[in-house]
Amino acid sequence: MIRTVLRTEHVTMQFGGVIAVNDLNIVVKEHEIIALIGPNGAGKTTAFNDITGVYTPTKGRVIYSPAEGKEIDITGRKPSEIAQLGIARTFQNIRLFKDLSVYENVLIAKHLHLESNFLAATFRLPGYKKEEEAMRADVERLLKEVNLWDVRNEKASSLPYGKQRYLEIVRALATEPKLLLLDEPAAGMNPKETAELTEFIRQIRDRFNLTIFMIEHHMDLVMEISDRIYVLDFGTTIATGDPAAIQNNERVIKAYLGEDEDA
Amino acid sequence: MNNKRNIMLTIAALVILFGVACFVQAEVNSYVRRIINLCLVYAIIGLSMNVTNGFAGQFSLGQAGFMAIGAYMVGIFTVPVELRADVFYAVPMNPHLVNVYMPLWMALILGGVLAAFVAGIIGTPVLRLRGDYLAIATLGFSEIIRIVITNATSITNGALGIKNIPPLNDVRYIFMAAAISYVLITLLLNSSYGRAFKAIREDEIAAEAMGISLFYHKNLAFMVSAFFAGIGGGLYGALLGTVDPKNFLFTLTYNFLLIIVLGGMGSVTGSMFGAIIVTAGLEYLRLFDEPMELMGIAIPLFRPGLRMVVFSILLMVCVLFWRRGIMGTNELTWEKIISFVKHPLSGFRKKGVQGK
Repeated sequence: MIRTVLRTEHVTMQFGGVIAVNDLNIVVKEHEIIALIGPNGAGKTTAFNDITGVYTPTKGRVIYSPAEGKEIDITGRKPSEIAQLGIARTFQNIRLFKDLSVYENVLIAKHLHLESNFLAATFRLPGYKKEEEAMRADVERLLKEVNLWDVRNEKASSLPYGKQRYLEIVRALATEPKLLLLDEPAAGMNPKETAELTEFIRQIRDRFNLTIFMIEHHMDLVMEISDRIYVLDFGTTIATGDPAAIQNNERVIKAYLGEDEDA
Repeated sequence: MNNKRNIMLTIAALVILFGVACFVQAEVNSYVRRIINLCLVYAIIGLSMNVTNGFAGQFSLGQAGFMAIGAYMVGIFTVPVELRADVFYAVPMNPHLVNVYMPLWMALILGGVLAAFVAGIIGTPVLRLRGDYLAIATLGFSEIIRIVITNATSITNGALGIKNIPPLNDVRYIFMAAAISYVLITLLLNSSYGRAFKAIREDEIAAEAMGISLFYHKNLAFMVSAFFAGIGGGLYGALLGTVDPKNFLFTLTYNFLLIIVLGGMGSVTGSMFGAIIVTAGLEYLRLFDEPMELMGIAIPLFRPGLRMVVFSILLMVCVLFWRRGIMGTNELTWEKIISFVKHPLSGFRKKGVQGK
């Protein structure tokens, strides 16, 4: 049986009188690519924030399994702890370390694996030196692999928009995650770029042995790449299934196109 | 390898500067030495403040309080035992402390450690705040430290202050302290921990999503900052020869805020330049405070106070033209110096390459 990497159990997020996410039950299995779609304001990003610890769900639990036979309840843990457990994410509105170089952006993501304490780091003790060298070697390899090595000394904010999106994914990869959450990775991309990104997501999934859970609006990307799709509308899951089933689902079409007034 | 070369150059520069310090100590009059010493002390404290404010991006205004802790450690422990009765004439000194003497370096380190410890206690609740709120909270705590010191009369001699601290107007000693502080802080900031600080400054949410614990790293930056502010405060006390709670009013913090804003928030070398400009600038602008005659006619504006007017105008000009301070978040690296020496003009046109 394939291991379930992430499971949300009845996750509900309420802000005052607004229920942004209502009774969300998602199952993400190992090596799958799962998409979360829905109209604007459906609660997709809120769901992501519940999983990554930015919010603590009002109700329900988030269960994460980093390895076979290991299950951790990550509900309400700090985002940094969750990242250390192996869940990395990107953001809808790119959040790079703007003033730092491409290289530093990725190098920072390696910090969470550092074992030397700050004194060992300050005095450059051999243990720290070894770790630092390993970090730098990893980052070099990663940046070369994704063709960002040539721009490593550029400020992150000076990269073209599309590259910034890639850099954000690479930075997330540098934390060596098991589960990668992508929040609208193709936002603002044209069809050609979207096609490239689709290919890229598939590649990194295989290359880094990842499980991917993403929010996306570009239907070509979603339909081509997803193993399963969850559709949210007003915080409620209105449909689940493989791309073909979702494309023909009445409720999904209604949620996206609106209801016929005569009906 | 460039890295090795830079280390060698830095060591060489430090040795040469130490030689200069020895020369200054032997040849230059005490007034100038005092200004140089004050520059060095302010450079240490400016850099310490830059660790939290410029590198970790947390707007803290508690430096005066941490300085006070360091200065009082020096005051309490380095006054010669036989002179203590004269100092504590109103309320006798606490009997447990009255015979405890420490050499200056030990008192400095103790002051730094105690300041860092207090920072750890304060930081735990306060560093959850952001921006202006953090500034106000740290400002408040710095005042609390001062009030506690004022009222712990049997230890600190209260509002009377502690006199008879063996005066330290030794450029070599203070230069060494400043050099060690700069080297240690630079090493920390260039390590993975320093990068984590910068990540928090750039984007807290993204930093946290990359697995960087905000609580731990903000506290670390705050404590390191307090440690060196304590050392700087101790040297400040030793340089003045007396400590007094009124020296450590929250307005003192603004000097260092000025230094780091002027020098560049997030620049080690910037803090140094800022300290030199602010301290030496204020001192040498004194000529505006003296009456001046031009061709036998006294110029009416030259009177006490004009110095501050001129200084403020210079500051405004500075901030208008260099919005992020002289250095911004850049550093003066050996690469830049070398390329400047090789091509004196092109350095201005082309942006320098980052070190390493």
